[in-house]
Parts: sequence; C-alpha cells; structure tokens
Amino acid sequence: MIASVPMEHGLILAAILFALGLVGVIVRRNIVFMLMGVEIMLNAVGVAFVVAGARWGQVDGQVLFIFILTMAAAEVSVGLALVLQLYHSFRTLDADAASRMKG
Amino acid sequence: MLNLLFLIPVIPFAGFLVLALLGRRLSNASIAFVGVGSVGMSALLSVSMAIDFMTNPPAGRAFTQTLWTWMRAGSFTPTISFTLDALSLVMMLVVTIVGFFIHLYSSEFMQDEDGYSRFFAFMNLFVGSMLTLVLADNLLLLYLGWEGVGLCSYLLIGFWYRDASNGQAARKAFIVTRIGDTSMAVGLLFLFTHLGTLNIQDLMQSARNQWASGSPTAVLAAALLLGGALGKSAQLPLQVWLPDAMAGPTPVSALIHAATMVTAGVYLVARTHVLFTLAPAVQSVVALIGAATLLLAAFSALAQNDIKRVLAYSTVSQIGYMFLALGVGAWSAAIFHLMTHAFFKALLFLGAGAVILAQHHEHDMFKMGGLWKRLPITFWTFLIGASSLSALPLVTAGFYSKDLILWHAWSSAEGSKGLWAAGLLGAFITPIYAFRMVFITFLGEEKMAVSHKPGTRMAVPLLILGLLSIIGGFVEPPETLGNLRPFSSFMQSVFPEEGVALPARESAEMILQVIASLVSIGGIFIAYLLFLRKPLYAKTLSKTPGCSILQRFWFSGWGFDWLYDTIFVRPFIWLTRTTKDDFFDFGYTGIASLTRMAHGLLIKTQTGNIRWYAIGIAVGAVVFLGIVIF
Repeated sequence: MIASVPMEHGLILAAILFALGLVGVIVRRNIVFMLMGVEIMLNAVGVAFVVAGARWGQVDGQVLFIFILTMAAAEVSVGLALVLQLYHSFRTLDADAASRMKG
Repeated sequence: MLNLLFLIPVIPFAGFLVLALLGRRLSNASIAFVGVGSVGMSALLSVSMAIDFMTNPPAGRAFTQTLWTWMRAGSFTPTISFTLDALSLVMMLVVTIVGFFIHLYSSEFMQDEDGYSRFFAFMNLFVGSMLTLVLADNLLLLYLGWEGVGLCSYLLIGFWYRDASNGQAARKAFIVTRIGDTSMAVGLLFLFTHLGTLNIQDLMQSARNQWASGSPTAVLAAALLLGGALGKSAQLPLQVWLPDAMAGPTPVSALIHAATMVTAGVYLVARTHVLFTLAPAVQSVVALIGAATLLLAAFSALAQNDIKRVLAYSTVSQIGYMFLALGVGAWSAAIFHLMTHAFFKALLFLGAGAVILAQHHEHDMFKMGGLWKRLPITFWTFLIGASSLSALPLVTAGFYSKDLILWHAWSSAEGSKGLWAAGLLGAFITPIYAFRMVFITFLGEEKMAVSHKPGTRMAVPLLILGLLSIIGGFVEPPETLGNLRPFSSFMQSVFPEEGVALPARESAEMILQVIASLVSIGGIFIAYLLFLRKPLYAKTLSKTPGCSILQRFWFSGWGFDWLYDTIFVRPFIWLTRTTKDDFFDFGYTGIASLTRMAHGLLIKTQTGNIRWYAIGIAVGAVVFLGIVIF
C-alpha cells in the first residue's frame, strides 16, 4: 500500500500549476504560448478534481477529468483556428498587435 | 340651437387636428375642403345662432354653456365655458364670416405653395383660438385663446421659414406682444388675489361693489389689463411689430393683423369696461394712446412704399380710433368701428394680395401702375375699401363708424375738443395715404405686366367684402339721419351705461358730420392732386431737405425701432456678452470638465491588449477570493 498522499499536498500542487499557467498566459506575448498556458491551467484544475475524488473515494473526480479533457480538445481546435485567423489579419503572432479596441 | 355654441370653436380645432395629422397625405382639394369648410361651418352656425339669439333672446341676454371644470385648486375652479351675449355675438360673427371669406381666398392664393396643409392647419388653429377668446366666460380661458392667437401669429408670420428675416419678424411680433401678455398675466393674478374670481360677470359685479372709483387697486388692475391690450393691438408703445409682420402671406395679414387678432385688445377693454370706468385715469390714458397712435401711424403710412406696410400702419391707426372710442366711453362705437374696419381692411389686404400676385410678388407700389384695366374686380373693390377707410360720406360703412367715434370724442364726458381734433386730423391724413395707394397702384401708366388674374375663389370674397364695406354701416345710422340705432340698442345689454343717451344735440352733431365729410373729401382731393395730377410735384417736394428728413422719419415709423434698439436691445446684448463666462457659469462648465477628466483617466484602462485584460481578471479574482475568505 502506497503511503497515501495527503489531499492538501495535491491541492497545493494544483494551485501552483494553475498559478504557473496564469502567469504564462499573462507574461508570454506569443499567442500559441498563451494557449499552452491555458492548457496548463486546465490540467491543474483536472489534478484538483482527481485529488478530491480520491479523498472521497468516489470516481466522480476522474469522470470530471474526462470532461475537462474533452472540453480542452474542443477549445484547442477553436483556439488554433482563431490563431490562424489572427495571423491572417495581422501577419504576426504577437498578441499586443491586436489592440484595435484601444480607447 | 344655442346648445351648439361649443361647436363653433371646436370645429376649427378639429379641422386643425385633421390637417396637422393627415395633412401631408391629402390632396390640395381635400385640404382646402377641410380648412375652408371648418370655418364655413362655424360661420353658418354663428349666423343661425345669431338669428336664434335675436329672435328669442335668452334670460339676461346672455347664454352660458359650461363644458367642464378645467381645474380645482382650492377656491380656484375655472371652467371651460362659453358665453354668448351681444358683444361676443358680434365678435363671433365678424371672426367667422370674415375668416371664412379669407380662407376661401387663400385656398386659391396659396395653392402653389409648399406648405398648403400647414397653412390651413395654422389658420384653423388661429380661428379656433380667436373664437375661444371672444366666447370665453372667464379671463383664464380668454387668456388661453389670447396665447393661442399669439402662437398662431408667430407661426403664420414665419410661414416661409426658409428666409431668416421672416423668422426674425415673427420673433419680433411674439416678443413684443409677450411684453403685453406678461402685463396681462400679472393683471389676472392681481384680479384674482383681490376679487377671488376670474369669471368675467362675477368680476365686474365684485369690482363695482368693492372698489371705489379711482382707487389704486382699480387703477392698477385696469392699467395691467391695458398693457396686454396694447401689446396685442399694436398701440403705442408696443406698435413696432405690426409693420414687420407683413412678412407673412397676405391672407395672414388680412385675417390676423387686420380683422381679428389685433382687435382682441379692443375686445378685452370692452369686456372689462367696468374696470376702466372705475379707473378714469386709465381710461383717459386709453384715449390719449389711441389719439397719439392714430396720428403717428397715419403719418407713417403716408411715407411707405410697400403696399402692405401702408395697410399695416393704417391698421395701427384705425385701431387707434377704436382705443380713442374706448377711452371716451363710447364702447359700442368702438365695436362698431371694429366691425366695419374688419370688412374694409380685410378687403384692402385681399385686394393688395391680388395685386401682389398679379405683379410677380412685387410689393413696391412705385413699380406698379395702370392696373385698373387689367384687374377690374380688384380695382373696384379696392376702391370701395379705400373709400370706406377714408370714411367717404354716406355711402361707405367707414363713414358711419368713424363719424360716431368723432361725435363721441367731441361730446362725451370723458372726451375733449383736443381728442376730436386729433381724430379729425387723422381723418384728413387717412384719405391721403389711402388714395395715394389707389392712384399709384392702379392708375397711371402700366409698369409691369400682369401675371396672374384672380380667379373665382379670390374674386367672390373681394366682392362680398366690398358689399359689406358699403352696407355694413347702415346698422347704425346716426341721429341726424333717422334715429334708428339698432346696433347700439343691441349692444345695450352689454353696455348698460350707454343707455344714458347723449343729449340729442342734433345741430352740433350735424355740423361735426359736415366737417368730417368735408375733411374726408378734401383728403381724397389732395391725394388726387399730389399723386395723379402732378405726381412730379410730390416727388420734388419730397426731395427738399426738410421734407426728406420728415419722409425718412415717417418711413421708419417715427424711429421707434431705433429707439428700442438703443434702449433695450444693445444694453441687453452687451450685458449677455460680458456675463458670458462669469463665475456662475463655472458650475455648468465645471461639471462638464470634471466628467471629461474622469473620462480621460478611465479610458486608460481600455488598452485593447488581451494580456492586460487577463491581468485584470486575475487580479479581480484574487481580490474577490480575499474578500470571501477574510
């Protein structure tokens, strides 16, 4: 029997991963890297769900993880399509270039 | 039958609503049908009501019909009610009958105009308001009609709004009459505060009981109401708006500024005559103003070139006669002159309109001439109108009414020889300017070709008004010519004080009549000499230095426009200019600049940068979580 990992550690891990993803979204200028940061955030949330599910001994956490994975796949497809459109309009992947809504 | 009294003002109002809402979609024929028909219906109803009233008069010689209570504010409960008595009957007949003919005339005169439905809508609104004014039972409803006619006057003077000077003339008319209206409103408040009612009959009764003759309250009340009358009737000192009001279409000048609206002031004084008899000082002021205005305007009319301006000054002058009559206590004589004046002045204006239309919209008399062959109906009816205006003896209505006024000015207790002399001098100048107009416009050599001859709808009103200008005076032949006097005996129910007949000094009256007749014929003869026989003499006379100064002075209406410009307009403009950016404006501009600063700050958060928004979401979420947890 593996020594059970305390739930708090799992949640802290999820939180740190989330924060790292958020910082990645905020700090990176390239849109593709921003999308990767979003992926990291989604996976962090998934970790949190699985940990909670393990705590309560139910399988719902892992079910929700499947949901999140599905959703992430759909989101990535839409997101990459938008990235392609952005490149088509602005000829660059710099997120700061798309600031026509300024003011 | 008398129960249909309310329909008389209501039908024109209904006509106004129909034309205002649906006018744009109707054809010209339908518009004319509604516009002319509504006033025609009112005219028919008025005539039948008059016959009914005269054959079986109601109790107390007055019929009141209350429609509803307007408002209830404590003890102040004015009602919408119409009263028909002798005075309002005469006014109602004049307004509807003359109004109908003018509407009929304008259905042809205005037919090429853009705003055909707008014109008839405003004209109907005007007739409805004027009828409200004359039929009103209480002073508040009268004031409503008063304001209504003022509004319509503004709208109709500025009818051709695309030309800015027409708008200026309209504004001038409205602002000057507003001064009078304010005085009248203060007067109404004063009357209500002191006598507790605005119902005219109750007011007159209470005033007679409570106020001593010559008391300060009576003087103040009468003076305030007089202020309103002076504004509306274009008398000294508020006469400056009427000549410029000629910027409107000619039927407007005929209806509003000759026959009806400007007589509202005369009507008001006659209606509240008890107040004026209680304030003899004010009544003598009325007579003085009347005499001064009639002379001022008569001389000004002598120097005008625009045919409508001659008629405008003539109107001011003739209303001066009515005020003179009111001032010497000849109430029914004033109303009699009001009636005959409505006939011949409307006729003159409509004739002038026909001439203007025939001369390619030219107004300058000196560019016209020789029209008597081309426009025969217009010429003969215009001649009748001018003769009536000049009070040609025995055959014209003007003779009877003007002569009655002159007789009362001489012989009444409040009259004086000076007032009579002023009236006589006016009666000498009037034929001079009237026939100057006739001779220059219609006789002499033809200067401009005729473009549009009047059709049936313009000719019939001219003919009928011409007929009325002749026979209209026969309702009051003077004592010397068969002492019948049906008109003043009819009016006696409203003016009981006049029952005290003047002593029948037939010889004195006969002498005065002969003098007045000679003066009138003499004036026509002088006009003939100066403007037909030897027109060059008049021209050279006007070129001499003395005469040219006089001519310019009279042309500008005795310089009143310049006077008011210097005393009121310029200081006001200077004042507004200097206080334009003062301390108090800081409140308003401060709010605006504060808002602009806040805007400048807040807009810095809208960077359009997606990473910035992501930061915003993150920070917001952290703050929110913090609040929730702690």
